[in-house]
Amino acid sequence: MRLSVWRAAQYALLLAAAAAIAFPFIWMVLTSLKPEGEIVRFPPALFPSDWTLDAYVQVWKRIPFLLFFKNSVVFACGVTLISLAFDSMAAYAFARLAFPGKHALFVLVLIALMIPVQVTMIPLFIMLNDWGWIDTYAALIVPRATNAFGIFMLRQFFVGLPKELDEAARIDGCSEFRLYWQIVLPLAKPAVASLAVFHLMYNWNDLLWPLIITNSQEMRTLPAGLALFMGQHVVEYGILTAGAAIATAPLVAAFLSAQKYFVQGVAFTGLKE
Amino acid sequence: MNIARKRTSVMNRQKRAAFWFLLPSMSILALFVFWPIADLFWLSFHRWSLLDANHAYAGLANYVKLVHDERFWNAVVRTVYFTAGSVPVGIVLSLALALLANEPLKGMSAFKAIYFLPVISSFAIISIIWSFLLDPDIGLLSYWLKAAGFPASAWLRSTTWAMPAVIAVAIWKNVGFNMVILLAGLQSISASLYEAAKIDGAGALQRFWSVTLPALRQTLLFVVIISVIASFQVFDQVYVMTRGGPLNSTETVVYYIYHHGFELLDMGYASAIAWVLFVVVFLITLLQLRLFRFNETD
Repeated sequence: MRLSVWRAAQYALLLAAAAAIAFPFIWMVLTSLKPEGEIVRFPPALFPSDWTLDAYVQVWKRIPFLLFFKNSVVFACGVTLISLAFDSMAAYAFARLAFPGKHALFVLVLIALMIPVQVTMIPLFIMLNDWGWIDTYAALIVPRATNAFGIFMLRQFFVGLPKELDEAARIDGCSEFRLYWQIVLPLAKPAVASLAVFHLMYNWNDLLWPLIITNSQEMRTLPAGLALFMGQHVVEYGILTAGAAIATAPLVAAFLSAQKYFVQGVAFTGLKE
Repeated sequence: MNIARKRTSVMNRQKRAAFWFLLPSMSILALFVFWPIADLFWLSFHRWSLLDANHAYAGLANYVKLVHDERFWNAVVRTVYFTAGSVPVGIVLSLALALLANEPLKGMSAFKAIYFLPVISSFAIISIIWSFLLDPDIGLLSYWLKAAGFPASAWLRSTTWAMPAVIAVAIWKNVGFNMVILLAGLQSISASLYEAAKIDGAGALQRFWSVTLPALRQTLLFVVIISVIASFQVFDQVYVMTRGGPLNSTETVVYYIYHHGFELLDMGYASAIAWVLFVVVFLITLLQLRLFRFNETD
């Protein structure tokens, strides 16, 4: 009896927390389905009385939303693919190869891990501006084409794979590249998938970097484009909520289908200890 | 002889391979992480405006200006306020959720998925939604809070209430992240410790204080440090919700760097502020490495 009361209390707490955490998402979706007149009606209500998809039609017409979306895809996917390749190559060298200066180089990677982008954004901007790269995909992607955290994380994983693999393959005359590509990488699939999610999420969601590196509306990503649009047209509630819902949807869908990798990708930062 | 030669050739082959495997990533780190840090240091000793091609040496002028800049100190105080407001409350809530999530209850995976939703969504985009929720005219949350007796309704336009609102949103955003890390810590505590405590007659609360908390100490400390570091770098949310206002009451250090560097285009002075931020974050990170005996390189 006492146990079941305790259980009920636990469920009540879990539900209350879930309601509080999900509330902004629920409000976002419900508001995006209201006609504009109903959004500004006082007192505000949670549910629409008239349901409409109008905001989802208008958002593509009124702002260059398709361009924002395309830029976000190119930026996030570009960084993810290139960085996965370079991170895993470096991680392979640190974990499986013997070479002079390995320790010192790895310490440099750890130091790079501690330098936040908020600190380097000004010199980076000046450099990319000198190169004439501002407002290009290259400027968005190339500086992020490798990631110290990614190298570190994959190296930890590669170190754990049995050494006998390499020795057997090397005796058979297997090249280092084939060893990396056909033996080590396939064995590291879960770690690579988690890192892919980490890169994808981080760049899809980022505001500051695309905000300073692009300056034309045609090059804005979803977060930068929507944030700037909000700054200029704060009263376009319907369009902004619909835009926010569309921008959030791909990651939520990916999260629901590959939850394990998302949680690991995020929690890896917690396992560095 | 033959074996020795074979070994040397394997070593050479590995050295060559290592060079090509490392070349792309090390070039990128050198060019886009290490060079900018050196350049930042150089910039901070110069007058460097994007509007003026003359970049004169300024000595310590930027740093002297910094010491006397009240708005900079305001940004420091606001950042500390943000950190002190969001980290402790956020961690207590995360721990409470992690303890609940550690119970063998049906449907737990669905709850955990919901708690994780804010973590995967864009802070900038979800801040748009929060701004609307807290809006005095259309904001449902603002309306409900007013009905519940809260004094404010224009949360983000009040110098008193804008920061608490920003803090609350940051807690909401990160609670799922901290929960996942704390939950992993909880699950690594050996069940035998709890059984021993039970045999000794310890109640649930006593077990929490004498078994759970001590065993979780490292994880908690880790969560505190990464939360503090993240709080010192807050930008996206401030940019979208308040632009540092009203009257600079939510202006954090990174926002202030952005303001000088990209709104006033005074990059020399912005670099001096960024350099100070770098030193502070770097010291905290080193402290973290010390505390966790970070022997990953061997």
